Amino acid sequence: MTNPLKDPDQRIVLFQSLFSDTIPHNKALGLKVVAVRRGFASMRLEWRDELVGNPETGVLAGGPLTAMLDGCCGMSVATMLKEPKPFATLDLRIDYARPATPGKAVIAEAECYRITSSVAFTRAFAHHGDAADPIAAAAGTFMLGTKGKATRPQMIGAEKLIGGDGGKA
Amino acid sequence: MSSLLERLAEARKSGNVALLSEAIPYARWMRIAPENGTGELLTRMRFHGDLIGNTSLPAIHGGTLGAMLEMAAIFHLLWETDTETVPKIVNITVDYLRSARPLDVIASAKVTKQGRRMVNVFAEAWQDDRAKPVATANAHFLIKSDDAPPSL
Repeated sequence: MTNPLKDPDQRIVLFQSLFSDTIPHNKALGLKVVAVRRGFASMRLEWRDELVGNPETGVLAGGPLTAMLDGCCGMSVATMLKEPKPFATLDLRIDYARPATPGKAVIAEAECYRITSSVAFTRAFAHHGDAADPIAAAAGTFMLGTKGKATRPQMIGAEKLIGGDGGKA
Repeated sequence: MSSLLERLAEARKSGNVALLSEAIPYARWMRIAPENGTGELLTRMRFHGDLIGNTSLPAIHGGTLGAMLEMAAIFHLLWETDTETVPKIVNITVDYLRSARPLDVIASAKVTKQGRRMVNVFAEAWQDDRAKPVATANAHFLIKSDDAPPSL
C-alpha cells in the first residue's frame, strides 16, 4: 500500500482536508494547500470582495493575511511533529511590506526551521507569485504540548512519515 | 476623502461609532464592530462558527484574534485621535495568552506613543473576564503620510 504522505500530490489532498476543509475559519477563507513537505507549507488565498479592508482601493484587509499566515505556519509545524501533539500559536509578528494588489490571489509560504520539545519556530512570506516581492513577512512561534487532545491536523506525525525522502515535491 | 472618513464624520455626528465597520467589507464579514455604549471605545467580534480554528477544544482561530486586534487599533485611531487619513498598518505582533472559547471577543486599544508620522498602539482582547485577556498586540501605523505601506 502506498503511503499518501510520500507522494506530493496525495500529500496536498491529505493536508487540504486536514488544514482547510476541517478547520472552519480556513475553510471560510477558502484556503487551498498548494505545497507541503517536511518543514514547509504553502497555501493560496483567492481575492474576494468580502475580504477587502479598503473599499476605495479594493486592497485586502490585514486580517485575512494574518489568519492565512498563522494557518500556514501552523501547518509547517505539523509536518515536523514526531508524534501527535496539540499545539497553539504563542506569538505571531506580521510585517506588511506593501499592499496586496486588488483582484490577485495571495500565496503564503511558511517554513518551520526549528522544533524543540516545547516550542516550534517558523517564518513565512506572503506574495503574489514572486517571493522576491513580498506583501507580508511573518514570524510565528508555537507552543507544543498544549492542553486538550491533538486535533486531526495535529496527529499527522508527519516527520516520521514524510521523513525518508525529505518530502521532495 | 475616503468613504471610511466620510463614515467617520457621520459617526461622529450621530455618536454611533458602529457605522465605521459598515464601510469595511472585511469587518462586516467577520462581524467585527466598534461600540461605545459604556463610554469607552471597545471593538467586538461576534462569535459565529466560521471563527473556529480548533474544533476539538473548541477554540477561535488565532488569526481571527490578530485580525480583530488590528481592527480594534484602527477603530481606536479613527475615533480617538485626530487622524485625517486612514491609518496604514506597518506591522503587528500578537501574543496569544489563552485559547479563546466560542464566545464574543472584545478588545480595547490605546496609543502608547504618537509621533508625527508613526503611532504605536497596544490592544488587548478578552472574553467574559477582562482580567483574563486571550491575546494582546502591539502595532505600528503610519498616519499623515503618502508613503508606500499598506491598506487598512
